[in-house]
Amino acid sequence: MAAQARDGTRARRPREPHRLFWAAVAAPGILWLCVLFIVPFYVILAIAGGYVNQVFGYPVAVWDPLRWSPANFSAAWHDVAGTGAFVLPILGRTAWYVAAASALSLLIAYPAAYFVARFAGRRKGFFLVLLIAPFWVSYMMRMLAWIGLLSTDGYLNKALAFLHLDGLLTALPLLHLGKPPFDWLGGLSVTVILGLVYGYIPYLILVLYAGLDRIDPALIEAGRDLGLGRLRTFLRVTLPLSRQPIVTGMLITVLPMLGDYFTNELLSGTTGTTMIGNVIDEQLNTPGLQGQGAIFSLLLLLVLVPPMIWYVASTNRASREASQ
Amino acid sequence: MTATTTQPAARAGLAARARPRLRAPLRNPWRRPVFLEAFTWLYLIWSLVPVALAVLFSFNRGKSQSVWQGFSWHWYIHDQVNSVWWNPNLHAAVVQTLRLSAYTTLIAVPLGVAFALGINRWRGRTASTFNFLMIVSFVIPELIFGVAMFFMFTALLKGIGLGTLAETLALVTWNVSWPAIIVQARLATIGRQYEEAAADLGASSWQIVRRVMVPLLTPAIFASAVLVFSSVIDDFVLVDLLNSNAGNTPMSVYIYSQQHGGNGGPALNALGTIMLAMSLVLVLIGYAGYRWMTRGERGDGRAALTTIAGA
Repeated sequence: MAAQARDGTRARRPREPHRLFWAAVAAPGILWLCVLFIVPFYVILAIAGGYVNQVFGYPVAVWDPLRWSPANFSAAWHDVAGTGAFVLPILGRTAWYVAAASALSLLIAYPAAYFVARFAGRRKGFFLVLLIAPFWVSYMMRMLAWIGLLSTDGYLNKALAFLHLDGLLTALPLLHLGKPPFDWLGGLSVTVILGLVYGYIPYLILVLYAGLDRIDPALIEAGRDLGLGRLRTFLRVTLPLSRQPIVTGMLITVLPMLGDYFTNELLSGTTGTTMIGNVIDEQLNTPGLQGQGAIFSLLLLLVLVPPMIWYVASTNRASREASQ
Repeated sequence: MTATTTQPAARAGLAARARPRLRAPLRNPWRRPVFLEAFTWLYLIWSLVPVALAVLFSFNRGKSQSVWQGFSWHWYIHDQVNSVWWNPNLHAAVVQTLRLSAYTTLIAVPLGVAFALGINRWRGRTASTFNFLMIVSFVIPELIFGVAMFFMFTALLKGIGLGTLAETLALVTWNVSWPAIIVQARLATIGRQYEEAAADLGASSWQIVRRVMVPLLTPAIFASAVLVFSSVIDDFVLVDLLNSNAGNTPMSVYIYSQQHGGNGGPALNALGTIMLAMSLVLVLIGYAGYRWMTRGERGDGRAALTTIAGA
């Protein structure tokens, strides 16, 4: 009905922009995306299906899919399952680091975002500024800050010694800290995981805040009025309503964490904390291995396609609901 | 099970609320959440104090990152070799970051705005396909996109090669989704009535865009420009993969490569502080500008804050 009425009015207005006009407006952007977003991925495929120049070690792209060679793929497979296999433990470590870091991020970000969105009252603006502030501090600066604090003679070790906590931390079994003063930057998993948390939590907290702030307080009051306690109101009303921001926020942090190579290069730099991002980055910088780097990038992409599609679909749904 | 056990309590709660005079709370259910507040403060201290210390140590007289030796501008100006002002590489890094930010903003914003306008009003399968692609470009891990771009400029477009042009092209592609997404969100809230009115009054297609829609979209365009500029300042992965020499290495990559190579020190903190100052100026301009542009509308400072942060 509504569509018909709109069509009817449109017929009387010959001057309203034609569809082709809008297509022309969008055309530069579309062209840009085709040339600089779709084509590059075909180039990765062509590199992956190509071969390596035996003399100089640079990768040779093969543009015709029918002539793609399995050379790079079998080399990559060799890394995963052959005699010199080294990738499997790295994949496992990546999964474990990212899972731990994202879970920890959520545990830290949710209460803070929840407090600011629900209880900050008149100080909301003030808290929001502080909450968003790290978002505007560059990633490298934030890593630099921790490198200073974590050095052997840095403030963290001094503070721990001052508070007499160093003995306790030495005794904790999973951290493998050794004896004080702790060498935090010497290849500790806990440093890398906390570094990832520190690096990506601003993005998560922003998404969570925006989602929690949108929840109608009337719904929460209704829960309370109907006799639910604080905890139950939270579990039955607030938490279900914040499911969407939680999942979106987790995706927004997990996806870049999986492609991260700089955090652990800066905070550890040893082979004991290598992630899949480091493998790709290193192969890209090593003549002869670039083809394998292409393969691993494609594999990572393949794993991430379902969550990405899910994200895009849910954003589309949300924007459609917003426009209605 | 749980439902039955809680029912008496629930009834009691209802009964208490049914009589207005007894509503005065025996135990205040809206009391201040002390633990949550303390937790939030701890989080804020954890997230902000390290950065504050790093800024402080960029003003340290000596080379130490852990012992305060007095305030000085040593690492900014005074040191004739290693300060940001005198070291040509540090200097070049600042210039390169600003250059990339400016180029990228100038290209990506018009491109993204036009894309958003066209896609949003065009409608149809082709439009939604490309919109889908745009959002994919927003969430794809930067490393994968960077690898694709690296091969693009080393295997296909060898004439371009690595360097400023490659960096700019990649950064534009990577950031064009900011204006595209923000402008579409704004278009959805504006609705179509203004452009229909303009068409009724005889405006041509081009006039509708130029005189009606662009003015209405100004706050969104502005916010996305701020976001693009600041995310290029912060960008690391793309420029790390696509730079080729000291002349086209921006600040983030310079900090990373020096620190990684064991050449850390207060000069890097100084560089990081300069990055921080740039972002700070940008966010102030962004906030003030956005508030001014939306002064006649509903919404408050908090909305402006979250908008220019991209939420």
